[in-house]
Amino acid sequence: MTTITNPLTRKKKAGAAAVSTMRPGWFVYASLAVFLIASVFPFYWSFLIASGDRFTINDPNMSWFPGGNFLANAATVMNNPAVNFWKALSNSIIVSTTMAVSTVVLSTLAGYAFAKLRFKGSGPLLVAVVATMAVPVQLGIVPLYILMQKFGWTGSIGAVIIPGLVTAFGVFWMTQYISQSLPTELIEAARVDGCSMIRTFWHVGLPAARPAAAMLFLFTFVTSWNNFMWPYIVLDSQNPTLPVSLSILQANYFVDYSLVLAGVLLATVPLLLLFMFAGRQLVSGIMAGAVKG
Amino acid sequence: MTTTQPQTEASTTPQPPRRRAPLTWRQRLGRWDVKLSPYLYIAPFWIVFAVVGLFPIVYTAFISFQDWDLVRNTGTMTGFDNFAFVLQDREFWLSLRNTFSIFVLSSVPQIIIATFIAAMLDKNIRAKTFWRMGVLLPYVVAPVAVALIFSNMFGDKYGLINGVLGDLGIAPIAWHVDVIPSHFAIATMVNFRWTGYNALILLAAMQAIPRDLYEAAAIDGAGTLRRFFSVTLPQIRPTMIFVIITSTIGGLQIFDEPRMYDTNGQGGSNHQWETITLYLYNMGWVDFDFGRAAAVAWILFIIIVAFGLLNFAVTRRFIAGDAAVKATKVKKVKK
Repeated sequence: MTTITNPLTRKKKAGAAAVSTMRPGWFVYASLAVFLIASVFPFYWSFLIASGDRFTINDPNMSWFPGGNFLANAATVMNNPAVNFWKALSNSIIVSTTMAVSTVVLSTLAGYAFAKLRFKGSGPLLVAVVATMAVPVQLGIVPLYILMQKFGWTGSIGAVIIPGLVTAFGVFWMTQYISQSLPTELIEAARVDGCSMIRTFWHVGLPAARPAAAMLFLFTFVTSWNNFMWPYIVLDSQNPTLPVSLSILQANYFVDYSLVLAGVLLATVPLLLLFMFAGRQLVSGIMAGAVKG
Repeated sequence: MTTTQPQTEASTTPQPPRRRAPLTWRQRLGRWDVKLSPYLYIAPFWIVFAVVGLFPIVYTAFISFQDWDLVRNTGTMTGFDNFAFVLQDREFWLSLRNTFSIFVLSSVPQIIIATFIAAMLDKNIRAKTFWRMGVLLPYVVAPVAVALIFSNMFGDKYGLINGVLGDLGIAPIAWHVDVIPSHFAIATMVNFRWTGYNALILLAAMQAIPRDLYEAAAIDGAGTLRRFFSVTLPQIRPTMIFVIITSTIGGLQIFDEPRMYDTNGQGGSNHQWETITLYLYNMGWVDFDFGRAAAVAWILFIIIVAFGLLNFAVTRRFIAGDAAVKATKVKKVKK
């Protein structure tokens, strides 16, 4: 025992200045815990309301424990024809998945070209990509709507998907990652071995880009799942995505908040599931992007 | 610079008279492959961008000078009438005021708290992944959902917040009537969703600070607070600027939260919390005046660009603080 404790205590004394390896005190954990509780509390409170009835929200002595009506409320929301919950859920899944897959594929392709292939005008073109990232969505929203109307696409989820098939951010992100992580020698070796350009991309570029591609997928998925303004403008209540159907829910049930909040929680569950499985990747994606940004 | 090398390759194409056997079909194909592939790879992005990005932006400018007819789906030129109307509209100035007020109420506390939380996460804590994920949780929830939850918590009559205030003996606040309280409630929604996200970005910057800097500061007698203000803050300056600029761009475009703040979604009976983007929406899809909506879009864009540049200039100086010497060094290196 003594042989173990001795070096430890000595290390502690000697490294009085070793601030970075010190275990922090209660204050750090208390601050983080307060922040975490503040992050979770609104959901718990919503659950309290959603598991009660229409009077719960008006009750000054509301219980801090959930009632038993959540499943009933959830069923009411899901079965309400005006809300179109199942349609909205499947639309959201289709829209987000398509946009995420397409953004990843097209961004990786373009990012690979910008990072590793030499061609005339690649410099100015990359600068143009970065410049387009700063342009707000709202700038083009009126003509985009007119365009969709002319094509007769308003009301269909294609009108939501097409503007999001690829993003400037995605191209920039993949360019950054590939230029740092893929050695040019590997590409040259594949070329010498007789690979065509597309095979080189497929067998060398794509595998190297996989970690960044996974993060791009997650971010695009979350962003398009939560996207509200454009789908709200271009879709109608018959064919909504989840955020759009939430806005209908509020308009329909403004008297009964137990149903509104049950719907909010239902719409949030899929993303919470995604977060449970991929939250770690989201965290490291944000942190990796920050260092480069 | 990078174009020099392909050019040497391209210069063989004009082919001065030479004896070599003509290229075989396969060789020629291979050469086309090398030359065309890069353009093919970036083409999908540019095509999508041209159709849904570039064209609408140019067309917005065009429409903004027109009186747009919805039925015929064309317009007649009216010069600067739309801009003149918007700039003389009281509602526009109110929405501009609201946007800035909500922006300040959301970004300032957000960045202060995010920096604080990042500093806590940067400590050598246990269960790092748990805390980091916990902090990010609100980010994955749709702004619409967040808005519905918070607009109820900030309910005027029975809301949770007013209930708590009542228990403390404070008179209830009219969150959905008064201007500043409604801005505060909407800013809270924005903060709820983005503080943790920004904390992680700042945390990444903090982790990149060499640990010996802290050791050296500690040996020199700097306490925790002093180390934070004299080592951490100057070191994360570039990331701080990045966070401030992105939150500016996002904050000036805020739509979901004010739209969902009440059941009407028009920004309040007296435009108390109508933002510019909501004004644009009301103009375009409530009043159905696309010409004016397009003019608003351009005005918003100009405001964002101007404000982004201003922000950049200000924060550069402001955060520099006592690290001014260092900042000038960085500038010199960059030039």
